[in-house]
Amino acid sequence: MLLERKMGRRLMLAAAASIGLVASVGIAAAEKTKVAAIYTLPVEQQWISRIHKALNTAAERGDIDYTFSENVANTDYERVMREYAEQGQQLIIGEVFGLERAARKVAKDYTDTAFLMGSSFGPVGPNFSVFDNWIHEPSYLTGMVAGSMTETNVIGMIGGYAIPEVNRLMHAFMDGARDVNPDVKFIVNFIDSWYDPPKAKESAFAMIDAGADIMYAERFGVSDAAVERGVKAIGNVIDTAGDYPGTILASAIWHMEATVDKAVAHVSGGSFEAADYGQYSFMAFGGGSMVLDESLVPADVASAVKAREVEILDGLFRVNVNDARPSSDN
Amino acid sequence: MDILQILLSESFWAASLRIATPLIFGVLGALICEKSGVLNLGIEGIFVAGAMTGWLAVWLGAGLWGGVLVAALAGGFFGLIHAVLTVPLGLSQHVSGLGVTLFATSVSYFSYRTALPTVTSPPRIEPFRPLDMPFLSDLPFFGPVLFQQTALTWLALFMVGLVWYVLNRTALGIAIKAVGDNPNSIDAQGLSVYALRTGAVVAGSALMALGGAFLTMSAFDAFFFGMVNGRGWVCIALVIFASWRPGKALLGALLFGAFDALQVRLQTEVGALVPSQVFLAAPYVLSIFALVIAARSADYPRALLTPWFKGQR
Repeated sequence: MLLERKMGRRLMLAAAASIGLVASVGIAAAEKTKVAAIYTLPVEQQWISRIHKALNTAAERGDIDYTFSENVANTDYERVMREYAEQGQQLIIGEVFGLERAARKVAKDYTDTAFLMGSSFGPVGPNFSVFDNWIHEPSYLTGMVAGSMTETNVIGMIGGYAIPEVNRLMHAFMDGARDVNPDVKFIVNFIDSWYDPPKAKESAFAMIDAGADIMYAERFGVSDAAVERGVKAIGNVIDTAGDYPGTILASAIWHMEATVDKAVAHVSGGSFEAADYGQYSFMAFGGGSMVLDESLVPADVASAVKAREVEILDGLFRVNVNDARPSSDN
Repeated sequence: MDILQILLSESFWAASLRIATPLIFGVLGALICEKSGVLNLGIEGIFVAGAMTGWLAVWLGAGLWGGVLVAALAGGFFGLIHAVLTVPLGLSQHVSGLGVTLFATSVSYFSYRTALPTVTSPPRIEPFRPLDMPFLSDLPFFGPVLFQQTALTWLALFMVGLVWYVLNRTALGIAIKAVGDNPNSIDAQGLSVYALRTGAVVAGSALMALGGAFLTMSAFDAFFFGMVNGRGWVCIALVIFASWRPGKALLGALLFGAFDALQVRLQTEVGALVPSQVFLAAPYVLSIFALVIAARSADYPRALLTPWFKGQR
């Protein structure tokens, strides 16, 4: 009890001091947008790490006050959303793939709070916006690299769950590979887990045994198998080339910064509306990009891919969107 | 490639043994606990604790075998908590076990975050590598299947023999079995029921933790939240399948590993025809099926789940 009281006094002193500080710094600090993020997985997970990074960047720049909860179960998600809304957070960012309907209900109860959620469905007025990693364009480009470079004409793909955002990128990748190499065959597995690297690795071993010489690494664990067996891999969402030297031919990378900055600007300007922010992950908005390892990819392949990249950026080439579940060619 | 070809391939059997390794540790651990009369549902959390602590110790520079030791100690620690609650205090083994799982999992995640507050992608260690034994590794079939596994897989196989030997050929083993069947007989001998049960739970939990450590130090090289993914629970079912016998425990773990290795390969072959969920569920469905058959003749330790208090008959 005594300790608590002491703590209380200390906290009060600290609060008083910080109020003084804010007053002296001026209103600049008070204008920071309060942003809270809720993640269903730890911040190391590829997809989430990109959101976390963009929000940290915004916080370091001084645009936002950023707080987050990670590893929140879908069953607990609604409570955390409400808690942040009650706290007076201005913008709540997260992912509602497992609770689409419930999350929209929460948003309706807190119309003064802006919600920007990763979702398979559309926005709902007045305050529920959606985003996703729409990096099908760079995925298509990495597919071109893989299609040109496979020698066995077998490419292995391992995904977490067959949900639209995963399927879409896989199809774009397959389209890219088939456009440069009509003979290429795909073998596709889902491990029904976001986060079981040993299992992903075992699946990859099985595919390499079945003849795959390039692995599409949607999950952690796949590139590890590629390194051990001496085959190549294609990265997705994050750039892991440094972790697997000599293995990652190319990666389709997601940049959440464009989406976050847009949403924060709208919230602080008072103009936030329910909208689909998906387009800010397109290459034209800087939300997606492709990197390839020039030391592994032949120059003619690299230049063909770069040429297609320019066409996409100029709006002369459109990558198809296909959310259906991909399956192996037999 | 048809099924027969898959079943005859070296890589399939090598994968089966790899997938089975953490389960072998887990089943043996659960078996020792239950032989002494204590069900340990802390197993899933103890897997997580073993995976985290072993890996973290290696990352901090303890060396691979140092990591194995740390994981075993962490498992033993959580086992001790379970033992104190269920043996001298005689609390519900189900409730205490589930509590230990929740506690061990949360403490592991918390320690991971505290130790590595700012990582963006999990740091990697140099894991156990497949052994390269002169001559043996080059044998056809047996070379790749048996002699190109990591040291931890060999440790698991060795443990099967050791646990069998201790339980069946030593006085300690007889005492452990007796305390799980009829604790009064142990008390009448002047031996301590509490000490035997506590010791068995601590030792069994240490073995379980090695199953977790295998995941982060051999099957993979980093720790992820949620990566244990139900492997501990599978062991609880496999113990019944094994009818509390170490040899059959090995068989059960291998069978599960083989089902799992088969489903990835079948998914690759006929994935277009059948939804992948069917394949993913297959090992579990087949385990349940095997359980139904085996459990009919299962020889339960007769005092399993029954607390014993000194002076009460």
